[in-house]
Amino acid sequence: MADTRRWRLARLDARDLAQIAVFAALIAALGVPGTLHLFGNSVPITAQTLGVMLAGSILGARRGFLACVVVILLVAAGLPLLAGGRGGLGVFAGPTVGYLLGWPLGALVIGWITERALPRYPLVLGFAANVVGGIAVVYAVGIPVQAWVSDVDSFVAAATASLTFLPGDLIKAAIATAVASQVHRAYPALAARRAQKAEAGDRS
Amino acid sequence: MTQAEIAVDRVTHRYGDRTVLEEVTVRLTEHRVGVIGANGSGKSTFARLLNGLVLPSAGTVTVDGLDTRRDGKAVRRKVGFIFTDPDAQIVMPTVAEDIAFGMRRLKLPEEQVRQRVAELIARFGLSGLEDHPAHLLSGGQKQLLALAAVLAPEPDILVCDEPTTLLDLRNTRRFSALLETLEQRVVLVTHHLELLENFDRVLVFDEGRLIEDTKPAVAVATYRKLMT
Amino acid sequence: MIGLYHPADSPLHRAPVGLKLAVLLGAMVVLFGVGGPVVVTVALVVTVVAYAVAKIPWRLGLAQLRPVLWVIGVAAGFHLFTSGPQHAAVVAGQLLVAVALAALLTLTTRVSAMLRVFETAARPFRPLGVDPARVALLLALTIRCVPLLINILGTVREARQARGVGRNPLALVTPAVVRALRTADELGEALAARGVDD
Repeated sequence: MADTRRWRLARLDARDLAQIAVFAALIAALGVPGTLHLFGNSVPITAQTLGVMLAGSILGARRGFLACVVVILLVAAGLPLLAGGRGGLGVFAGPTVGYLLGWPLGALVIGWITERALPRYPLVLGFAANVVGGIAVVYAVGIPVQAWVSDVDSFVAAATASLTFLPGDLIKAAIATAVASQVHRAYPALAARRAQKAEAGDRS
Repeated sequence: MTQAEIAVDRVTHRYGDRTVLEEVTVRLTEHRVGVIGANGSGKSTFARLLNGLVLPSAGTVTVDGLDTRRDGKAVRRKVGFIFTDPDAQIVMPTVAEDIAFGMRRLKLPEEQVRQRVAELIARFGLSGLEDHPAHLLSGGQKQLLALAAVLAPEPDILVCDEPTTLLDLRNTRRFSALLETLEQRVVLVTHHLELLENFDRVLVFDEGRLIEDTKPAVAVATYRKLMT
Repeated sequence: MIGLYHPADSPLHRAPVGLKLAVLLGAMVVLFGVGGPVVVTVALVVTVVAYAVAKIPWRLGLAQLRPVLWVIGVAAGFHLFTSGPQHAAVVAGQLLVAVALAALLTLTTRVSAMLRVFETAARPFRPLGVDPARVALLLALTIRCVPLLINILGTVREARQARGVGRNPLALVTPAVVRALRTADELGEALAARGVDD
């Protein structure tokens, strides 16, 4: 579709801005302890990547991507929006920054795959999108960066990452898929919006 | 320029195949106009027509000679809009920033912006809260902030869609007292009938139609009968 | 949102953000590009002095390092076994200094000043359709939304507890997302009413 060429340039309207801001804020809010303890509060597993997956699965590629970019910019600006109240430029000098930088790409891929099927949302495809975008893509950025910054084998970095994050991330992908499926049913306007926008042309 | 008049001419509006307003024609020149009606009677859509948030499926809406379809931008500068939920209409992190938002968009000189922010903060009882995060305000304060922010760029008309529905009695009275002091023309959609006592004119909507257009006392009586 | 800024009166607080960012970038290039025990030792000393100059309490300074300690520990442990203690110390030192210096910039710079930097940095992308004013608006709007979303998650969780709906995370996340979308619709409408689309 012509969409793929256009998404970079089209102006964001008020509703786009609001949805991006709200999902960026959702990602941040999911990092606040106590807002959502899926796995108890002990493990360094946060619900924030769940927010990333939801942004891609629900808002689609472009807005999902931008929601993650906004979180990263605000973290860089010095707001403690990451799990455990982390934030600031220190995060970007640390070895795990690649996982954070992988978020927008992950959401982009999730959104891109999901948009192929919308307005339908087949669970298998949705789950695949969340695993590929939310896990594979995020790790594909995170692991090499971690390996490079701390000067270790990619294998060692990969092993550390998989052992710590993978089980939780798989559960999150499943949750994100189920939620997205319910939301797309409860809120069909979302999927329809792209078509409707193209149709409406220059409304204002 | 043209006369101060909101003209709604043979307006019909549909969402999909649901008709929410049907053949509404009305001209408003009064200082204060109230709008009442049951839930789903079309009054919220009517309010949204007046600043071009909703463009009619058929018919035209003009505000002081400006067509909402053609001159949307100018109409929105002229008509300020207050929503029901104060939380959802505060868009900036702090009180002062939210009040300044509209003026900064119009690229007014920063000196003037600051002066006007200070003035509105004092007038709306928000003194000392300039740099206060908006989310820490009380519900009533939030709606006062919304009002201050919308009035800051000096619109000619203020349209309010059930602005007091989420407020307690004291804040409702405070909000309505402030409305009474405005030199701006006001269109107030509300379920709080007592707020309309001193209004010049009240419209009653029912199932998408304008069924009564008269003095407050009469309109309120019609509405009460409708609700029984 | 106050952010991580630590207010104090120091040359580092007063220095322009652009300069601080440039120096930080330069330090990173030397630290990772040149590397070696001498550079790392010097950098370590410079960092400690810089924290002292910026009047950052030592507790707050150490707190900046806590989140990365475990990854740095893993890396150092790996190098200890593969290439010996000296290399392990250099790698760990590099990482600690990098994180500490970057964190120092955040501790001495107001969030608003950083947001202005982003707005400026967006300017060259104007031909690509990026509008710096909209970037600034989007960032501010998000800061405004964070407490709204924390509130939504809190309210939904309370409702779930009140109804005694088990531990099913779907019962929490789905309603929260639906409410988030509704909030977005209302905010979008409010932005449009205030002329954002004009």
